[in-house]
Formats: sequence, C-alpha cells, structure tokens
Amino acid sequence: MSNNKKIYDKGIVFTGLVIFLALITFPFWYNRGIAAPAPEPELTEKAKAAKECVLPADEMKTGHMQLLNDWRNDVVRNADRMYVNEHGKEFNMSLSNECLDCHSSKEDFCDRCHNYASVKPYCWDCHIDNPKEKM
Amino acid sequence: MKNYLLSLIAVIVLALIAYVGAEAATWPQYVFGIIIPYLAMTIFIMGTIRKILGWARSPVPFRIPSTCGQQKSLPWIKQSKIDNPFTFFGVIVRMVLEVFLFRSLFRNTKCKMSKGGKIFFDLEKWLWVGAIVFHWSFLVVLLRHLRFFTNPVPGCIQFLEQVDGFIQIGLPGIFLSGFALVAGAVFLLVRRIVIPQVRYISLASDYFPLFLIIGIALTGILMRYFTKVDIVGAKEILMGLVTFHPSISANINGIFYVHLFLVSILLVYIPFSKLMHMGGIFFSPTRNLANNSRAVRHINPWNYPVKVHTYDEYEDDYREKMIEAGLPVEKE
Ligand code: HEC
Ligand code: HEC
Ligand code: HEC
Repeated sequence: MSNNKKIYDKGIVFTGLVIFLALITFPFWYNRGIAAPAPEPELTEKAKAAKECVLPADEMKTGHMQLLNDWRNDVVRNADRMYVNEHGKEFNMSLSNECLDCHSSKEDFCDRCHNYASVKPYCWDCHIDNPKEKM
Repeated sequence: MKNYLLSLIAVIVLALIAYVGAEAATWPQYVFGIIIPYLAMTIFIMGTIRKILGWARSPVPFRIPSTCGQQKSLPWIKQSKIDNPFTFFGVIVRMVLEVFLFRSLFRNTKCKMSKGGKIFFDLEKWLWVGAIVFHWSFLVVLLRHLRFFTNPVPGCIQFLEQVDGFIQIGLPGIFLSGFALVAGAVFLLVRRIVIPQVRYISLASDYFPLFLIIGIALTGILMRYFTKVDIVGAKEILMGLVTFHPSISANINGIFYVHLFLVSILLVYIPFSKLMHMGGIFFSPTRNLANNSRAVRHINPWNYPVKVHTYDEYEDDYREKMIEAGLPVEKE
C-alpha cells in the first residue's frame, strides 16, 4: 500500500463499496432484524393418542422424505402396502391415507415446516390432501 | 511436503476440530455457531474494505488497457467498441462481460508442437469451461442458501430452487448446482496437480481454497442427501445470527458446525488471498480504462511542477543573436 492518502475515482469506488455492503447485509435488512422462530407443526388428537410417529421423532424430522420415497417405491414397484416399524406397529404405506390420517392436513402440518424451509414437494400435483376432509 | 497434501491436511484438520468440538459438548457449539461466524463476517467486511481502499489509493500513471481489437481511429475504420473501448460506457460493457462470461479466459491458448516440429498456438477452452461451471454453480448455491437467511423466502429464490431442482429423482430432490460446484472445483484441482507446468507454479495458497471449497460443498451434500440434518432447526439458528438474536436453539449434528466453520474460514481467508480477485477485477487497469489517450490528455498523478523553458521564451532570450546568425525566427 502506498503512503499516498488520496483516493482516486472516489465516486465510483464508494458506489462500489456501498453496493458491496448492501448485498452482504441483505439478510439483515430484508428481515428487518426480526428472527423467525421455527414453526410448531400442529398435532391432532389422533396423533397425540398415538404418541409415536412411524419412526422416532428425530428421524422423522430429518428423514421423512426418505421414508416416503421408500414407501412409494415399495408400493409402486413391489406392490407391497404394509410397513412394520421397529415396535412392530403396522402402517398402510400411503401418503394421503396414512400420514395425513394422523396429521390432519397438509396445510396445518406439512406446510408449516415447508413454507419456513422453502420446500415445495411436488407430490400434491397428484396426491390429494386429507381425503376424509374433502369428502 | 507436497503443496497440495499440505493444503488437504490443513482442511481436514480444520474440519475435525469443528466436528470433534461440536459433538463433544454444548459450549463449543456457541463458539463454532455464533462467535466464529460473527468474527469471520467482521474480518471479511473490514478486510475487504481495507483492501479496496488500498487499491483505490494506488495511482495508475498510464492508460494500459489490454486491447483486443481495432482502436477508435479515422471515421471509416471500424472500431471494436467492446474489445477496445473508447467511452466509459464501453468500459462498463466490457467489464460486465468479463465478470459474467470471463471473456479474457476464453481467449486462453496453449503452445503446442505439430508433427513436423513446428510450434503453434491452439485454443484451450477447458479451463474456461471449468471456471464457468465452478463460478456460476457457486453463485447459484450461494443464492439458494438465502432460504436459510430470509423469512419469508423471496419469490425469486424459490424460483431459482425450482429451476435448480428440476431433476426430480428420489427424495429429497437433486439440486444440480451443488454437484456442478464439486465437479468444477475438482476439475480445477486435478488440472493443477496433473499438468506439470501448472503444478510447477502452484503454491499451497492455490490448493488451499480449492480444498476448502470442495470441503464446504461436500459437507453440504452430506447433510442434504446422506447424514441428514434438522433443516428447520438450522434455519432457526441462522436466522438468529443474521438478525442479531443469536442462540443455539436446536441440537444439530456436528457436520453442520463443520460446514459453518469451513465457511467462516473461507470468509476470513478471502480478503488476504488471491480470492480477493472478486474485488480486484474492478481495479484492473488493463480492463477498467478506456483506450482514449489519443483524444484525452491524462496527466500522471505524481507529476510535480517542472520548471520549463518554452521555445517562445528561448527565442525571446536569443532573438537578436539568431537574426545575426541568419537563423529563422517566429517573431521578428
Ligand atoms: C400413528 C399416527 C402417525 C402417523 C401415521 C404418522 N405420524 Fe408423523 N407424527 C406422529 C406423532 C405422534 C408425532 C410427534 C412425535 C413426537 O413429537 O415425539 C409425529 C411427528 C412427525 C414429524 C416431526 C414433526 C416435528 O416437528 O417434530 C414429521 C415430519 C412427521 N410426523 C411426518 C410424518 C409422515 C411423513 C408420515 C407418513 C409417512 C407420518 N408422519 C405418519 C404421528 C403419526
Ligand atoms: C405424477 C403424479 C404423482 C406425483 C407427482 C407423485 N405421485 Fe405418488 N403416486 C402416484 C400414483 C399414481 C401412485 C399409485 C397409487 C396406488 O397404487 O395406490 C402413487 C403412490 C404413492 C405412494 C404409495 C401409495 C399411496 O397411496 O400413497 C406414496 C407413499 C407416494 N406415491 C408418495 C409420493 C410422494 C412423496 C410424492 C412427492 C415427492 C409423490 N408421490 C408424487 C402418482 C404421483
Ligand atoms: C419438522 C418440519 C417438517 C414437517 C412437519 C414436514 N416436513 Fe417435509 N420437509 C421438511 C424439510 C426441512 C424438508 C427439506 C429437506 C431439504 O431441503 O433437504 C422437507 C422435505 C420434504 C419432501 C422432499 C421435498 C423435495 O422436493 O426434496 C417431502 C416429499 C416432504 N417433505 C413431505 C412431507 C409431508 C408429506 C409432510 C406432512 C405429512 C411433511 N413433509 C412434514 C420439514 C418438514
């Protein structure tokens, strides 16, 4: 660095620095400094009575899409509709009829998290939201 | 020891420190999840500004744009407006294309020997392809991560996710950019190790950022597709960070802290290394100057006032003697 104190092309340099700072602080001013707590997915009476999900809650939280993928493959490729978890409990492998049977509706449960994490599963293009409520 | 092994070991050790720390107890999670990210961001911003002001203070005495086409000349000679810009606007167009498309790298050539023993230059595009894949996928990955830092997530980021995730194989769906980033970085790394001439000029500071970025990308891929991580919990922590309400509100897998720690290291590393080329490109006199020195007089900024004796003054001093000697004079 030179000892020279003069800054050349001040206008352009400071415009560039302001743009840099604006971009780098985007998350702060976009959120207006408001932290967003994680959503609490609503559990239905039926789910509360069951106490347990298909897998332990921690595994469901992070890996439910992989479970759904396995279910899908088992049903569609192997024509196997029964799933038994480690406690020996049986489940009918179905997105709308099983998951949404305990978990009321897509909106009050799945979407709470998904909107927060910005994921839009395309499943609902074909699968229907809680079938019982619709009927 | 080989440069690249040194860099690789450095990255592995850093990753292990974060992993062991975050898995061993709760308090290191505050160190790796709050203190270090804040420190890193501060150093990154201050370091970048310092570097840029340093460059802005450096005088550029000459017009030295590297020109790649006909300069502005007589009206009937066609000027190459972008490759040899004459106006500020031309410079901007040239700069934008350079930043987004790496045009100068596109001209990369390689010296080869023909069968007859003649030396010739051949176009060499692979470096450009690798660089484009690497930089663009890095940008997309970076922008996609805004979903962890904004609430609600802006529509354009969601759109980017949809486009990036158009290959819907298995669950969770595949984000192409993540894999493109690893592929690009690995290509750039392998190129350095395999080509002898490039290996000869490569230093640890060339390998380290590549290994670091590969490490960041791989831990990200690991979390998304394999070991899985509580994404909702992770977002809660990150939202706390960017809004200055830091807390470790969820119990998250150590891989997450490795990822965050490596990113922090990268942020700290940027202002003090060649990665600063992201700011330096704008300060390159070979790119950011208009080639107009035939039309505009540019004065060297460190010129000091020189006492000059013009011809007019010279003639005033010696006019009579010149006339006596029969020399021509301008004024009688
Ligand atoms: C028998 C009823 C039942 C069925 C069927 C069921 N769940 Fe659950 N689910 C629960 C209960 C109860 C919890 C809460 C567990 C806890 O907190 O320990 C839960 C929790 C979850 C969670 C974690 C929510 C959180 O924030 O902790 C996810 C995700 C989830 N379920 C998804 C699914 C999916 C996907 C399916 C279908 C594959 C499914 N569930 C089927 C009862 C069920
Ligand atoms: C193109 C339409 C379509 C899309 C999109 C789709 N599915 Fe399916 N899915 C089907 C069809 C058809 C079946 C077969 C239904 C049957 O045999 O009962 C099925 C069956 C399933 C089954 C087992 C049977 C049942 O009743 O649920 C699961 C689980 C499943 N899909 C999960 C998913 C998930 C998760 C997604 C989103 C990632 C998804 N599907 C997206 C059409 C689709
Ligand atoms: C605890 C919060 C939570 C709940 C509740 C939840 N999800 Fe998810 N889900 C997530 C997160 C987070 C992801 C994204 C994972 C990622 O991006 O790697 C996800 C991803 C998915 C995906 C994969 C999407 C893709 O394109 O990759 C499917 C399918 C899915 N969830 C189905 C469901 C269904 C069906 C329910 C309701 C029965 C549900 N989820 C409830 C948090 C949740």
